[in-house]
Amino acid sequence: MAIITEKDLQATYDVIVVGSGAGGGQSAYTLTMNGVKVLMLEAGRNYDPVTETPMFQSRADAPLRAMSTKEKPFGFHDATVDGGWEVPGEPYTQASTDPKQRFDWWRSRMLGGRTNHWGRISLRNGPYDFKPYSRDGLGFDWPLSYDDVAPYYDKVEMLVGVYGSNEGLENTPDSPNGTLLPAPKARAGELYVKKHVAKFGIPVIPIHRAILSTRQDHVNFPARLHPNNPKAQKIIAKAMQERAACFWATDCGRGCSIKANYQSTTVHLPPAHATGNLDILCNAHAREVTVGTDGKANGVIYIDKVTGQERAVKGRAVILAASSGETARILLNSKSNRFPNGLANGSGLVGKYIMDTVGAGLGGSVPAFENLPVHNEEGAGTHVYIPWWLYKDASKLGFARGYHIEFGTGRRMPGLGTGGASPGYGKSYKEEVRQKYGAGIGFSGRGEMIPNENSFCELDPTVKDKWGIPVLRFHWKWSEHETKQAAHMEATFAMMIDAIGGKARNPQADGSKAIDTGGRIIHEVGGAIMGADAKKSVTNQWNQCWEVPNVLLNDGSAFCSNADKNPTLTIMALAWRATDHLIEEMRKGNL
Amino acid sequence: MENIPADNSGQIDRRMALKWIGAAAAAAAVFPHASAQDKLPRPAATPTGQRIGTDPVLNKNYVPGDLWPLTLTPKQRKAAASLTDLIMPPDNPGDKLPSQLGVQEFIDEWISSPYDETSKDRPVITEGLDWLDAEAQRRFQKDFADLAEAQKCAIADDICGKTPVKKEFKSAQNFFGRFRYLAASGYYTTPQGWKDVGYVGNVPTVNFDGPTPEALKHLGLA
Ligand SMILES: Cc1cc2nc3c(=O)[nH]c(=O)nc-3n(C[C@H](O)[C@H](O)[C@H](O)COP(=O)(O)OP(=O)(O)OC[C@H]3O[C@@H](n4cnc5c(N)ncnc54)[C@H](O)[C@@H]3O)c2cc1C
Ligand code: SF4
Repeated sequence: MAIITEKDLQATYDVIVVGSGAGGGQSAYTLTMNGVKVLMLEAGRNYDPVTETPMFQSRADAPLRAMSTKEKPFGFHDATVDGGWEVPGEPYTQASTDPKQRFDWWRSRMLGGRTNHWGRISLRNGPYDFKPYSRDGLGFDWPLSYDDVAPYYDKVEMLVGVYGSNEGLENTPDSPNGTLLPAPKARAGELYVKKHVAKFGIPVIPIHRAILSTRQDHVNFPARLHPNNPKAQKIIAKAMQERAACFWATDCGRGCSIKANYQSTTVHLPPAHATGNLDILCNAHAREVTVGTDGKANGVIYIDKVTGQERAVKGRAVILAASSGETARILLNSKSNRFPNGLANGSGLVGKYIMDTVGAGLGGSVPAFENLPVHNEEGAGTHVYIPWWLYKDASKLGFARGYHIEFGTGRRMPGLGTGGASPGYGKSYKEEVRQKYGAGIGFSGRGEMIPNENSFCELDPTVKDKWGIPVLRFHWKWSEHETKQAAHMEATFAMMIDAIGGKARNPQADGSKAIDTGGRIIHEVGGAIMGADAKKSVTNQWNQCWEVPNVLLNDGSAFCSNADKNPTLTIMALAWRATDHLIEEMRKGNL
Repeated sequence: MENIPADNSGQIDRRMALKWIGAAAAAAAVFPHASAQDKLPRPAATPTGQRIGTDPVLNKNYVPGDLWPLTLTPKQRKAAASLTDLIMPPDNPGDKLPSQLGVQEFIDEWISSPYDETSKDRPVITEGLDWLDAEAQRRFQKDFADLAEAQKCAIADDICGKTPVKKEFKSAQNFFGRFRYLAASGYYTTPQGWKDVGYVGNVPTVNFDGPTPEALKHLGLA
């Protein structure tokens, strides 16, 4: 990777990209493939999945059998470096002590950010999802439509590699033929659920996931991705050939050393580097965007985390993609005479309307799964899911919008707790452990949250991080739309567990108790919403700040709604689209 | 107790953890004759040592003792090994005993570690192991590890919870349940434990074949 040290920094760059995750990776890719000189600033350390991923380690190879700890909350082998619910030296605060008003903020500090360990579920927003206000009068319409984004969904799916199928369901878009990779077969338990919930009209269909079920079409995709750009085609064709197909054996949350799934570090950054147009500076924590006398951004001030010293770099444009919360923080900390309330914040909306996904879960044991004949059920996450199926019932539900359901079955790598629940000891005990292993199911609902006035972040007036930079303070409140939705999820899960003859653990009828704490689903978006009116939004439809057009917000911060569909595919599609527009504007001399 | 959802098996179940906090508090107060019988030095009260940290080397194989010192006494470790083997005797020819796979060392690593979640188990396990030897001495004048199989079972049957447990064995029952949780976690996470329980992943294959015809038949899907 083009990892540079400070002494190799150029005097100026065309574009400075802050952050190297989904948004930053896509931005750098699109820019460099088009010949634009880019500096990427990344707060975390350099990270190389090819050499660092613990592909085949058993949990017995990890301390404490890979137990979840404060330092490694998703277990020892999880591909999160220097991150988690807390990052040492980088606090954030809560405005309220009420647990229901908490926002938990997951961060990772490494090259590639959260894309190294994300779940890789890659669902397109549908046409309704971009016009929610028009449908039910709540929240905001996007200043763009599904048709504007669709070509970029196509491109991102081809570039990163997404498996799935086209089912022709309402607001659950199909992809053009030949874009998706084939969906893997459903697991035994997944098929069992499908059969037994059909009577409720609940569809169980292949999920879309950023995993190479087969190798990418390196012959045809490059020209579809980069028409009239032979250099880019050549580079991406080669990069595609360097990725292997999934071998159905391991846990993608550890990352993938054979590059079979999408991580920015294996998919976006290598070809971007191969163009020769990308410099990456790690351990560089951006503090603020600097502004010239013309009112335009002209660079970034960052902390060199190795020396603790403050540095400045220059660029003609700046793309922030530090994760939506951190992007809002950088804007709020970029105060100047011209922008006393922070950059691009004339509307006062920076930090406002932050959103997560509505989450609730229910598990149970399923006698039918006991003693299932042994076969491999590992690899590439869950293979199916349940898209929202009650669009026609919207007026009867008592809450707006909807949710999709993810569920896990099967014999996965044993961890802490395997066998722990059976009684007795000796041969009969072991027999029961075998019988019960893999005979469980876990349902998770993932639903749409409507942006509200009570969920926002701002700079904490007193608390600073270890470099003296003011930190974020979070305000959070679910509305009844979300809590009622969570209650509906629980009732649906209980109904489905019952339908498969299982025993649910303890369904929670009270939605305000069933709903996960804000932030816990880690689908953090919003905080600098886009819109058609500069007074009521922070960016236009091209993630471009109204007040400072050479600053783009290419992570989820410009989202003005958060559909039930997991956000990352949309982050990448919008980043690509916004970056294309930026290149165009720079070429025209408009910036 | 509860099943851990398939996608969540690496994480400690919160409710389970809370339950055991209660158990630990209870155990610290009972086991009256343990310290009188066991003259060996007791392990340090608060384990100290290196934590895992936020950026450990991930693709390296660790063994108990790599990050913090183990603290069971030799006598406790012997009892732990013996009880582990009693709980999970090998079923297949050629299989190793759990103690030969180092399961008791994992339990030692667990109770010696500097984490709140694990150190809660420390009094439960150490005092329980001491109790086990004391009880073996009381009944059979030998340490637990030196008992004949039937003698070990006589004690285990009283505390394993399969049949109603007498009042005086309640804290021993707590110990046994927690010990079994750890021993099983230690064993089933090893490659031999995988085979034993019916996990055949972690081996690369070209295609994902999906369920076998037998599996589909089992579920009435064929
Ligand atoms: C366990 C888990 C599962 C998930 N599963 C899914 C899923 O299945 N589907 C889905 O769509 N989404 C999923 N997500 C969410 C997904 O990871 C994010 O939406 C996505 O990574 C967002 O990309 P990003 O570029 O905005 O942020 P990130 O990927 O977080 O990247 C931001 C980068 O910016 C760096 N940075 C932060 N602050 C600064 C600064 N001041 N200066 C310089 N650099 C900085 C960070 O170190 C980081 O590398 C999941 C997340 C987690 C944690
Ligand atoms: S399951 Fe497939 S994509 Fe996931 S880590 Fe393993 S090989 Fe890579």
